[in-house]
Amino acid sequence: MCAKARMDGNVKTAECTGAEALVQLLVREGVEVMFGYPGGAVLPIYDALYNQPVRHILARHEQGAIHAAEGYARVSGKPGVVIATSGPGATNLITGIADAMMDSLPLVVFTGQVGTSVIGSDAFQEADVIGMTAPITKHNYQVRDLRDLPRVVKEAFHIAKSGRPGPVVVDIPKDIQQGTVEMGENREVYLPGYQPNTSPNPLQIKKLVEAVSYSEKPVILAGAGILHAKASDLLLKFAEKCQIPVVNTLLGLGSFPFRHPLFLGMGGMHGTYAANMAICECDLLINIGARFDDRLTGNLAHFAPNAMVVHIDIDPAEIGKNVKTDIPIVADAKEALQKICSEDLQNAGTDEWVRHVKAYAENFPLWYEDDGEELSPQHVIQRIHHYTNGDAIISTDVGQHQMWAAQYYGFEKPHKWITSGGLGTMGFGFPAAIGAQIACPDQLVVSISGDGGFQMTLQELAVVKELNLPLKIFIVNNQYLGMVRQWQESFYEERYSYSTIPVQPDFVKLAESYGIRGCRATNNEELEQVLKSVFEDGGPAVVDCRVKRLEAVFPMVAPGAGLHEMMGVKP
Amino acid sequence: MKRIVVATVLNQSGVLNKITGVLAKRQFNIDSITVGRTETEGISRMTIVVNVEDDRQAEQLTKQLNKLIDVIKVQDITGQAIVSRELALIKVLSTPQTRSEIGGLVEPFRASIIDVSRESVTIQVTGDSDKVEALVDLLKPYGIKEMVRTGMTAFLRGSQKQVTDLSSYSLLK
Repeated sequence: MCAKARMDGNVKTAECTGAEALVQLLVREGVEVMFGYPGGAVLPIYDALYNQPVRHILARHEQGAIHAAEGYARVSGKPGVVIATSGPGATNLITGIADAMMDSLPLVVFTGQVGTSVIGSDAFQEADVIGMTAPITKHNYQVRDLRDLPRVVKEAFHIAKSGRPGPVVVDIPKDIQQGTVEMGENREVYLPGYQPNTSPNPLQIKKLVEAVSYSEKPVILAGAGILHAKASDLLLKFAEKCQIPVVNTLLGLGSFPFRHPLFLGMGGMHGTYAANMAICECDLLINIGARFDDRLTGNLAHFAPNAMVVHIDIDPAEIGKNVKTDIPIVADAKEALQKICSEDLQNAGTDEWVRHVKAYAENFPLWYEDDGEELSPQHVIQRIHHYTNGDAIISTDVGQHQMWAAQYYGFEKPHKWITSGGLGTMGFGFPAAIGAQIACPDQLVVSISGDGGFQMTLQELAVVKELNLPLKIFIVNNQYLGMVRQWQESFYEERYSYSTIPVQPDFVKLAESYGIRGCRATNNEELEQVLKSVFEDGGPAVVDCRVKRLEAVFPMVAPGAGLHEMMGVKP
Repeated sequence: MKRIVVATVLNQSGVLNKITGVLAKRQFNIDSITVGRTETEGISRMTIVVNVEDDRQAEQLTKQLNKLIDVIKVQDITGQAIVSRELALIKVLSTPQTRSEIGGLVEPFRASIIDVSRESVTIQVTGDSDKVEALVDLLKPYGIKEMVRTGMTAFLRGSQKQVTDLSSYSLLK
């Protein structure tokens, strides 16, 4: 790979360009695939990538590339690697970087930069990427000296995937890519300011165990931290041993099996009545790997008012940020749960409580009306579940369909659920599904988007065609920006200001124009036929599901209300 | 309430930007911020004086700063035994008649006159913020033409008496 290689005794050193060194370093980090889009300031890197073992997926927009990398990271647990050029290439990544930061996804993002001699002169395609990404990255670097490159790349991967994962940006000026460097040995990372603590304080664990032994109404709130730590089995063990009901956050779905008798569903704004009431009535709330986001807590004044709060999080800054915590535990979810499960766990008898909250689940289940004529969006999700045996990787966009997918798909296993939670990025779902399919080529991947969000990143259909990915792409099409419309209906006197989008492409023909199979379903009967043939078919397909236009997501906690003040609990 | 926070940071480009960015993003109101090198090469020390609403916000401040990779250590030293100093340069209008009067005024403050011109004198004063404040008040009647203050820089005293029960926040044991 390198231009010149020489042997100095037993130590092999090689001289190569910065760009070649970068590719070599990526291989050293075990990178198998990267997502990107070339441009002027990364031409040397792309030249070095030519005929190299690292696979590069060419997106059709930088935003598509980074969302694909996020989907890849979410299901594989490995850092998603992205590359884009300077200026507009880098700024097009901003949304994805912010999204990954909010949802703690490990990304390493390489951006080109203008040559060091012209930085600061408003040169062609120059942008202050470091300044712009500082607040939305876990860390960022600009490589000013080629000799720093090996250290920076190593640190970037280490930071992205350790502790609370997050995106790291590495900005590389063009002259640095072109300079020559001697590749040194692989050195250990030394970061005095970054030593994430992963093992729990034994004293705090003791306190938790004691609290569990006294509690008559405990609840576990399981977030994405469980998934990042790969601790679903331990969560199940802990919950079963102590007979504690489990509530999931949106991003935590899949960390606890949907059909388990202790599972209450998702909590929060569009959570189940049982989950939200359990949080309101519990005397002990054990948060593992969730960050008490406002969409989960509702009005903080009414959040778990009688509960002792235990918060297990790898990020100390999350503890006490939104909710006052009685037992803080800074630790990796897996290590904490291992420690907890190794203790002598007693419980004060939770049978009565479990019966009580399960009665909520039975009396106030999720509901929707299906008249059999028009297609109900919830029905679409349930049928997708049926045809995929509940075992597909589901990637969603943001809005109504996202909530319906979260409510009705019923995740039994971890790492099957990809959604943009914290940032709520429309246009995320479809490219993220591409990344997931690339990470898991043997698994069934389903992308569910709304008609609004799909139109934000639909250009990535070209990637699906190019790689012949067997993605099933569903558009829950109500010709509205549905969630906006629902809020306008509920809180703005049905003044549907700019939320109606009846002018849209014929999605069937659109798919066909990319050489992808396109189908449409307008009623239950058509849906069955379409689903059957699409899932039997080994290739990609776009399914335009024309659903009830004015359907709303229920139940709902109105903004500013407490979790106990749910609307639409019953028909 | 006012908190004095000291941060030990890696002396790298952009670190000041990252720190002020965190403070701005989380809506902290910066009173003053000072940066300078330390006894160890490559490591700088910052003293940040901020106004926060409550203890929870104070805790968030140190925790969020600690999350920055370039930040090695953050300590909220409010309420501990500290030495804090600030330097101010004050240019005061003076006539030949008032010049000696001003000289007498600044002496108990152990401030010094470092520049004299026909119409003004420039005074240099070091001390904690209250002392600087007091001198400024005294000089106001003469007419302050220009003033510049460095902001507080602070240090823990060599020996710590338990002076108060106020909680301090540090992630390092």
